[in-house]
Amino acid sequence: MAFGQGRSGGGRGRGGDKKTGEKGQAQRRTLFRRRKVCKFCADKIDDINYKDVKLIGPFVPERGKILPRRISGTCAMHQRKLQTAIKRARQIALIPYVTD
Amino acid sequence: MADRQYELVYLLPPDTTEQQSTELHQQVEAVVSRMHGQIDKTENWGRKRLAYEIGHHKEGVYVLEVINGSGELMKELDRRLRVMDLVIRHMVVRVDEEKKVVDRTRTKRQSESERRRVKRGLPPTRQPGEGRSHDMDDVEDDRFDGVEV
Repeated sequence: MAFGQGRSGGGRGRGGDKKTGEKGQAQRRTLFRRRKVCKFCADKIDDINYKDVKLIGPFVPERGKILPRRISGTCAMHQRKLQTAIKRARQIALIPYVTD
Repeated sequence: MADRQYELVYLLPPDTTEQQSTELHQQVEAVVSRMHGQIDKTENWGRKRLAYEIGHHKEGVYVLEVINGSGELMKELDRRLRVMDLVIRHMVVRVDEEKKVVDRTRTKRQSESERRRVKRGLPPTRQPGEGRSHDMDDVEDDRFDGVEV
């Protein structure tokens, strides 16, 4: 099975034909950046709950800060919900405020 | 006025006995029933490591109560829990409105997908073995790798 076919052929929204124009540019930048997708939109997660540390955890790196949107690729709506969830989880010591 | 739904989470020190925690639960229950509310569900998450120290405690016992009641009731509960020495941390969150929104989007998405599938001449729900397999998915999922904040 051809690897490239599987990735570009599917109508899944990520990758695919829209990017072909961009591709030359990306290579000139020497570093190829993958298109970022909002995790919550892609996985169809409606409820971002403060009790679900497993879900929120990856968005709180070592330092304890909230991962910015430009890095995680989360959409605005979900980043907002994520933010309240993280702040609530911090209050009951599920997630740290700071770690040094 | 229709009742609102709240979630109350409180933390007890790790050396709390079973008896103490049930006693506290009864106290909460008493306040709730006195002010015409009811407890929907109680969950004990057990002992967990805290993400940061709270008053020299590194671990705590988490208890979650889902309560239907008025705002005054939660205000009273909040006041009481604040005074109690046994409770090292507590938090009240109103959940009914968020829940409503989540339910609505979920049902909307479901009915949308069913409608589209029927239009394409497929049965409304996904059959087993249908669609692309997930083997190819996220092989190079390195979204957070090499990230500096």
